[in-house]
Amino acid sequence: MPKRSDIKSILIIGAGPIVIGQACEFDYSGTQACKALKAEGYRIILVNSNPATIMTDPDLADATYIEPITPDVVAKIIEIERPDAILPTMGGQTALNTALTLFKQGRLAALNVELIGANAEAIDKAEDRQLFREAMGKIGLETPRSQLAHNRDEASAALEFVGLPAIIRPSFTLGGTGGGIAYNREEFFEIIERGLDASPTSQVLVEESVLGWKEYEMEVVRDTADNCIIICSIENIDPMGVHTGDSITVAPALTLTDKEYQIMRNASIAVLREIGVETGGSNVQFAVNPQDGRLVVIEMNPRVSRSSALASKATGFPIAKIAAKLAVGYTLDELENDITAGATPASFEPTIDYVVTKIPRFAFEKFAGADSTLTTSMKSVGEVMAIGRTFAESLQKALRSMETGLQGLDDIEFEGLGQGDDKNVIRAAVSRPTPDRLLKVAQALRLGLDHEQVHAFCKIDPWFLARLQEIIDMEARIKAHGLPKSARQMRVLKAMGFSDGRLATLAKMSEADVTNLRVSLGVTPVYKRIDTCAAEFASPTAYMYSTYESGLVDEPACEAQPSDREKIIILGGGPNRIGQGIEFDYCCCHACFALTDAGYETIMVNCNPETVSTDYDTSDRLYFEPLTAEDVLEIVRTESKNGKLKGVIVQFGGQTPLKLAAALEEAGVPILGTSPDAIDLAEDRDRFKELIEKLGLKQPASGIARTPGEARAVADRIGYPVVIRPSYVLGGRAMEIVHDGHEIDRYITRLSATLDRPSELIVSDRRPLLIDRYLSDAVEVDVDCLSDGKDTFIAGVMEHIEEAGIHSGDSACALPPHSLDPTIIAEMERQAQDLAIALNVVGLMNIQFAIKDGEVFILEVNPRASRTVPFVAKVIGLPIAAIASQIMAGRPLADFNLKTPKLNHIAVKEAVFPFARFPGVDPILGPEMRSTGEVMGIDTDFAMAFCKSQIGGGQPLPLAGTVFASVKESDKARIVAPLEELSAMGFKILATRGTKRYLEEHGVACEVVNKVLEGRPHIVDAMKNGEVQLVFNTTEGAKALADSKDIRRTALLHHIPYYTTLAGAVAVTRAIRALKGDGIKVAPLQSFTSRIS
Amino acid sequence: MTSTPFKDAPASWDDEPLTARLVLADGTVISGQGLGATGSAIGEVCFNTAMTGYQEILTDPSYAGQIITFTFPHIGNVGVNDEDGETSNLAATSAVRGCVLRAPISDPSNYRATAHLDQWLKARNIIAIGGIDTRALTALIRKQGMPNAVIAHEPSGKFDIEKMAADAAAWPGLDGMDLVPDVTTGQSYTWDEMRWRWNVGYERQENPEFHVVAIDYGLKRNILRCLASAGCRVTVLPATATATDVLERQPDGIFLSNGPGDPAATGTYAVPEIKKLIDTGLPMFGICLGHQMLSLALGAKTRKMHQGHHGANHPVKDHATGKVEITSMNHGFTVDRESLPDGVKETHRSLFDGSNCGITLEGKPVFSVQYHPEASPGPQDSHYLFTRFMELIREHKRSMPAGSVAR
Repeated sequence: MPKRSDIKSILIIGAGPIVIGQACEFDYSGTQACKALKAEGYRIILVNSNPATIMTDPDLADATYIEPITPDVVAKIIEIERPDAILPTMGGQTALNTALTLFKQGRLAALNVELIGANAEAIDKAEDRQLFREAMGKIGLETPRSQLAHNRDEASAALEFVGLPAIIRPSFTLGGTGGGIAYNREEFFEIIERGLDASPTSQVLVEESVLGWKEYEMEVVRDTADNCIIICSIENIDPMGVHTGDSITVAPALTLTDKEYQIMRNASIAVLREIGVETGGSNVQFAVNPQDGRLVVIEMNPRVSRSSALASKATGFPIAKIAAKLAVGYTLDELENDITAGATPASFEPTIDYVVTKIPRFAFEKFAGADSTLTTSMKSVGEVMAIGRTFAESLQKALRSMETGLQGLDDIEFEGLGQGDDKNVIRAAVSRPTPDRLLKVAQALRLGLDHEQVHAFCKIDPWFLARLQEIIDMEARIKAHGLPKSARQMRVLKAMGFSDGRLATLAKMSEADVTNLRVSLGVTPVYKRIDTCAAEFASPTAYMYSTYESGLVDEPACEAQPSDREKIIILGGGPNRIGQGIEFDYCCCHACFALTDAGYETIMVNCNPETVSTDYDTSDRLYFEPLTAEDVLEIVRTESKNGKLKGVIVQFGGQTPLKLAAALEEAGVPILGTSPDAIDLAEDRDRFKELIEKLGLKQPASGIARTPGEARAVADRIGYPVVIRPSYVLGGRAMEIVHDGHEIDRYITRLSATLDRPSELIVSDRRPLLIDRYLSDAVEVDVDCLSDGKDTFIAGVMEHIEEAGIHSGDSACALPPHSLDPTIIAEMERQAQDLAIALNVVGLMNIQFAIKDGEVFILEVNPRASRTVPFVAKVIGLPIAAIASQIMAGRPLADFNLKTPKLNHIAVKEAVFPFARFPGVDPILGPEMRSTGEVMGIDTDFAMAFCKSQIGGGQPLPLAGTVFASVKESDKARIVAPLEELSAMGFKILATRGTKRYLEEHGVACEVVNKVLEGRPHIVDAMKNGEVQLVFNTTEGAKALADSKDIRRTALLHHIPYYTTLAGAVAVTRAIRALKGDGIKVAPLQSFTSRIS
Repeated sequence: MTSTPFKDAPASWDDEPLTARLVLADGTVISGQGLGATGSAIGEVCFNTAMTGYQEILTDPSYAGQIITFTFPHIGNVGVNDEDGETSNLAATSAVRGCVLRAPISDPSNYRATAHLDQWLKARNIIAIGGIDTRALTALIRKQGMPNAVIAHEPSGKFDIEKMAADAAAWPGLDGMDLVPDVTTGQSYTWDEMRWRWNVGYERQENPEFHVVAIDYGLKRNILRCLASAGCRVTVLPATATATDVLERQPDGIFLSNGPGDPAATGTYAVPEIKKLIDTGLPMFGICLGHQMLSLALGAKTRKMHQGHHGANHPVKDHATGKVEITSMNHGFTVDRESLPDGVKETHRSLFDGSNCGITLEGKPVFSVQYHPEASPGPQDSHYLFTRFMELIREHKRSMPAGSVAR
């Protein structure tokens, strides 16, 4: 069937901010869908609140709404745009739930819009636990025994039915939010309460435990003619009990006979048919009892998912693109398989001749007090994928892709060994699923435990254990005999995935010596293509991975075939983690697009399967490889065999590629743009200080403490409060603001306890503490600019909402500034220009300023792409990353004829946090970044832009009710005005005694409520009873912080908007006033940027 | 089923000899690690792209005279068991001449596994060579066609390469070769075992609706099972069975099986009998070699393919419904569509290369497919063809006057 001509315009709903369980894989799928459907001639309307996405680039859709994804807002967009259809399957659970709500409210029918890709009935059937179970029963498929519950009593009955341990799965939540595994009754009711709350329908499924069973996923695509194909099977190494997003997985399934695989294949297709997924991609999850092969269906997603992204990258089959085309009526046999350049149709099943391993990346270190046990509720923040010809190779490549310091299957220490009960220590470590469990499993094997014991503890399939054993046996051989001297045996080692670094560790050599030996033996990798067909057909698509092969006859067969063109390599950002996310992928993609347009051959290197950058048509050539010096230099070696390598871009992918700059330079590889030395200068405290002084600029006073005792003296000299942090910890970790000498001592004691080392080792010559003056109540400002070393263009000046001291990535900010004096702005622009010239910046630069009492201080300079680049680009309507990449390739800035934009709008960027995923963690902002994503609100005035940013970030604002205020002494004066205003709007004010006294003295009427420590009923009781609709809670000092933690946790869990800074409280008050006025009005991004003069 | 942890002192780096060779007819020598049986064998090198079902593939009689290159690197993961073999004539020696693997054969991990693949290969005298860049070999086949080769496994690592190359070059190849006598059954037998079911295994067809005679040119067991599951009692006759032999059994339908080698060669004795059987008007169904010989009997031509089709992901379009089925394929010869005479209609076509995948004789209950609807290994999308065969038989019986005998 050809495409539908009865629909002309389609609304695509995005996934909103990056959160745990819903990351940039939905930018990948949404981007593919936009491109595919636009190419078919449809008018595309897009809504997504996330500015860091490629999909929200203004040229991808005809109308791009960067607006909150809520049913009301989407309905407003539909009213304006009147699309014929909505495609809700590309934006994760957010899009699906939003569309389903609109349908159930009858608004889609009223507006005459149809759902394509998945209909409401199918969504319901797949997502509603009860309906799903019934549907599976109808087609003769087993599901784990289970019972639904809507309240505590029903849960109690369900528990009687299924017994302990029990799995609790809330309906309609993403990434298993609110669910878990209960081993005892107390835990059970705790999770039930959480789960009922998390489910928008207050429904949870209490399910029989199939813990320890093998877990599989099937990626299925179906078209309107009922053609069904399996794109990929995925086997979880971590057995049932760990969320599939948190599991180490492999593709294809490795431990199934054909008979079992075909049962699963037939079942997957039957599930799609019964659920009624008419077109598109879906994912079906199974558990298989390893004892007897009994198969049960766990769940299905009637949409493109994280696993679809993985399956697409693993096989080369573009699931989202194909699914989008199927949604408008095409059948699979009418579509081409791009990878084989149309030599084959899309109606086939990819077959692969390699093994793919995915490993999730976690961020528990950012969330003090969080339990790192992995459960059915997803907690990982990113993932890596690696490809090898064998499992061992792909696993070791994946491990070194992680950027957690691993070189491969590194040794790991067990805590508590040698105290008499080693076996139990190992058993405890290996049986508890944690982020590093696989390393512990390997270590248990190294310690001599046999496979049966280890299998009994961890339930990982013996096949995988045997492969780990082979790696370990080889390690022992290297430890005993050093490295082999024959090329053949060296090749065997490399083919098992050992990195040069790991070999160096094992053989007690330097990595350089290992590399030299290897290269002198002629052992270098070859590149194989990901072609969907195991070489049955020739593939012109240069989507490649490295492996080590012996040649059939002489030279090993390499399929890289480097071209004779002038080429540029762009290094990606590796796995997403907190502090390094989609923003950097956005920049890398723009570099690819712009440099391809400029006539260069673009070569992307990255190992993150969720991203647009690892789509095979983003760059001319794609190497899906770990971002280590060894792997990148081998690519450079291969690409240099033909054509001219103009250079490598390391400044766009965040810290990951920057760390490789030195090794690349040393190897004589040209680095494009700002020199790595300038980047280093900006990061080196002493060198940077020198530069600042030379330019006559100002930094907050600072000092370095090299002994614990020195810390107090330095701080006393600088003056309190100070920001203190260890020099060797990145990303703002362990950074704190302290107010007096006693706190310094307490800080050092705490640090030494956390790191389990005496304080003399925590603070030493090699590991000094960095101490900076903390500028209280200063306004923080981010400035992004472009420079070619001669001219500089100020792209964006962003005023933070929260005061300096909150990590810039966690702070909301406004572009243009909403309250800064123009002379101050001009001064910052001047300083930025001076710095850009002094550092000889060629490309992008980001500067963080603090303004205190009219004075401008420089906090940090990063002469590279920053987190705010996509936000700035969207707001000012200029593709600054694309321009920067061309400058780096040699074009002068003057060529672009850029003029300072005069904006008639204002945008607010707000951060989104994963606190709800981590029970027990204090959801307060600080100098350590903890947000996973961001949203943007854009409007003609600040209040409404801020309002949209809050709603888009999942914080609905109340229009009436009670405000609770408890603020620190120094904030009391300035909280009066906003509370007066709220009071005038009809809000009731509730305050703790101290705050109440102050407020009443200043004419604000309020009622008193007990602090938690003052006896019940207290504020938390009131919040839980629904008596509080808004919380202002600012604190100072460790004790006050601890005392008020319950308030913040309760607000978080009960979805009560809460603000922990004064600036936030002020801003939200303005937002509420705006919301009570005209309410939200929506407009496409293009309508704002077209009015820029 | 698990190997013991490392206890002995780690082995040194002394180079051990490579104990296997694959020598192509053009003199190309490929060295690797010997696995399975020792000795040497000669055959045509093909590749199979399936990711599961190596036991079914290695026991498929259609691979007679061939050395299979597995494109998936890990083979042996699930071991072997007593249920998944496809050879129907257990008296015959292994049809497959050898196999080429990328990774070493691992210990099995599957609840149904009863043996290690390496042991199993030894027991069946199948030679394997491991550590080979099977992707490069597949690309070679894609570019140059399926080469003839000698595969050898010799623990000493010493080979007479010249002789191997000469033997490979002298081997006439599959074109014109009748391999059916090596794999067909020596005597007739009846079959009532049905398809495998999880937790049940193989049940017997207790109430067959029809009687089908299957001519065994190298039958896969799962074809018989699919026929039994569809409602048949099956009588299997050797490839040399005449039309009279078949009709003596008074079948309700006739089945022409899959098998190895050149259809034209086997056709010299099989086709005349098939022609007679077509003339009876009895319902007839052919698979693979059976499809090719039915086509020959109807006047079409077959030819050898460049690289053949061997895998479990091949899309085939059913012209009648417009639907695509994902099929299991294994053939090195194909029916030339252009040669199909009037009255013979193409029913199925490969979406990979447009080659013919099925025919029907218009106005007669006679049809056949090039691919493997019995799957095993591979997708089971095409099981419907067995039902279609039953419908044809049912309809044919209905149209016959009561008590009349087919002839």
